[in-house]
Amino acid sequence: MSPQVVQAIWAVVWLLVAGVLSGLVIGVVVKVFGAEPDPRLEEVEGLLPGANCGACGFAGCAAFAAALVSGKATDPGLCPSSNAAAVARICALLGLTASEREPKVAVVMCGGDRDHARDAALYNGVADCKDAMMVAGGAKGCRHGCLGLATCARTCPFQAIEITPTGIALVHPERCTGCGKCVAACPRQLIRLVPRRATIHVLCSSPAKGPAKRAVCQRACIACRKCVKAAGEEHMSMKGFLAVVNYNDPPPDSVAAECPTGCLVAAGGGARTDAKAEVAHA
Amino acid sequence: MPKPVYFSGGVHPHEGKAPTAAATIAAAPLLPLYTVPFHQHIGAPPKPVVAKGDRVLRGQVLAEANGVVSAPVHAPTSGVVKDIVDIASPMGRLGPSVLLEADGQDAPAEPLAPIAAWQDAAPDVLRQRIAQAGIVGMGGAAFPAAVKLTPPPSKRIDTLILNGVECEPCLTADHRLMLEAPEPILTGALIMARILGVKTILVGIEQNKPDAIALLDAAAAPLGIRVQGLRVRYPQGAEKQLIYALTGRKVPTGGLPMDVGVVVQNVGTSAAVAAAVREGTPLYERVTTITGTPVANPGNWRLRVGTSYAKAIELAGGITGETAKVISGGPMMGFSVYDLDTPVMKNTSGILLMAPAEVSQYQSHACIRCGRCVDACPMHIMAEALGVQIENERYDLAERTRVLDCIECGCCAYACPAHRPLVQHMRRAKQEVLARRRAREAQAKH
Repeated sequence: MSPQVVQAIWAVVWLLVAGVLSGLVIGVVVKVFGAEPDPRLEEVEGLLPGANCGACGFAGCAAFAAALVSGKATDPGLCPSSNAAAVARICALLGLTASEREPKVAVVMCGGDRDHARDAALYNGVADCKDAMMVAGGAKGCRHGCLGLATCARTCPFQAIEITPTGIALVHPERCTGCGKCVAACPRQLIRLVPRRATIHVLCSSPAKGPAKRAVCQRACIACRKCVKAAGEEHMSMKGFLAVVNYNDPPPDSVAAECPTGCLVAAGGGARTDAKAEVAHA
Repeated sequence: MPKPVYFSGGVHPHEGKAPTAAATIAAAPLLPLYTVPFHQHIGAPPKPVVAKGDRVLRGQVLAEANGVVSAPVHAPTSGVVKDIVDIASPMGRLGPSVLLEADGQDAPAEPLAPIAAWQDAAPDVLRQRIAQAGIVGMGGAAFPAAVKLTPPPSKRIDTLILNGVECEPCLTADHRLMLEAPEPILTGALIMARILGVKTILVGIEQNKPDAIALLDAAAAPLGIRVQGLRVRYPQGAEKQLIYALTGRKVPTGGLPMDVGVVVQNVGTSAAVAAAVREGTPLYERVTTITGTPVANPGNWRLRVGTSYAKAIELAGGITGETAKVISGGPMMGFSVYDLDTPVMKNTSGILLMAPAEVSQYQSHACIRCGRCVDACPMHIMAEALGVQIENERYDLAERTRVLDCIECGCCAYACPAHRPLVQHMRRAKQEVLARRRAREAQAKH
């Protein structure tokens, strides 16, 4: 055999020996000093939705799972996005009790889509509501109207927000978990978390006076008080020039028929969809 | 005088100053209504001190400074506070504004005591007067002037620079002011130099204004103030570029002019300082250029703060042609507005109207990595890399790529053949980076 081949064989042998030795050392160290991973951690993490929405107050689902298992967090109910079965399983696994929370849903409090609210200017900059706000405060005629550039929709970890063909953000309640990420994303603060059982909403957020709102949007709340009269002060009230639903005790859906502009919308099961809004409008 | 040193980069857009360069500053008639926003400066919003129904006199305080970096706002004429409503500023910031119904008498309030012997007045007295008069940077940034004139003791200031460059296309307000009122400008400079305790006062003016250079030089030489003509290159009037040209000093990244011993003030600000100190007049009017091809009679006017754009344009003969865009300020750094009820503020240097043929509604494309933005950037930022990072919302990377050094001059977007909205990206990223910084600091304190 040539000396090069011998050299190569020795190299392989030495590498094998070194590998086996290191493996042994690692094996011994793990056996002697190693900590058992908590099998519950993996399971809890698997039960959490994995959307990393942050609504629990922790950095993400893995961080929340670790906090629950280690005892830093004691309430699995902090996660609004898990279903009841998953929360019950986590409770059983860790011996915790989840707090009762009213299920919530996000609603975009603006009904002024392109067919009903006019734009004041042509905007052709970056397609993002926060960018659009930097140019003269947004091109929509109403300064409190949805710009429809999907900043909320891109933020939603559950793909629950759609920009309708008429250019307005719409939350699909069946997909919304009420995590609230979109609430913080909207630069016009148009999105609110409301109790899921509420089926009637005032889809207008403008504090301006009736005529001023009407000049820019046919769907605006014009503060006519018809809904308040029909529903009673305990179910609805006026806040400035805006009717507000008392979400602790909402009025029946039939009140929506009183609204002359169609901004009071009853969806019959959560937030509005455009078709349902049209029914309510008619 | 040493030869000026010039920044690399920049662009040379169409100057567009010819229509108004010879237009003397005209007085504006009293209007029946003024809309005066409270928040007209960078910093904390001031505290309103008037309510609906109050009678006010010209120069009376409508809102007081609220905090260190803040400035008061004064009534532009006498009248009644008809209402206080939310109005969008040219920058799009919605904020409370006084609707001031003028009574036509224009009765002045008790003026601040004139400080005739300012040469002997204590710097603190002068500084306080500038703060009381609500003077802010009138070149556009609207930073409270008194704050700039209060450097911390650790910073030694040796040079005051007056900015008469006016490199922004289409605007001639500073140019006309230098020609028509050189004396207040120079006196204001001497007052500010006294406050700062500096001997060296330099004035930078772009060479496309030879008449202003000659006139100001003749008036300034006996006072020991040096006037320097500067190469015509946008953005020569940006603070850091101007300091570099006149002193050769480079403001460090993230730093301020005072880090290199310099304070820069606009010539308009300087004239306002002289008026506030010698006559006790607060800042409630300014010179504004109203120009653009759709304007019948472009020119310069001394407008009171709160004049609506619609009324201002009427002064210039109204709109004759079709208008596609109205810009507050100049074409490079100005802000598009769509509401002609927008009021003139302390920093409104111009109102520019553009015809449809002059405005291109472009479609932006992907970056082709040609590097023209990098060549054009006077701050030596990699705009092309930043554009992509910001599009992907990687504000952490944008911070490392020095987005905060961006002065929003617009050279990158001007040079970009793919029409990328780079300045808008930068503005957004700067907001996001600063918000993240504040959040981090709050967390660290927590």
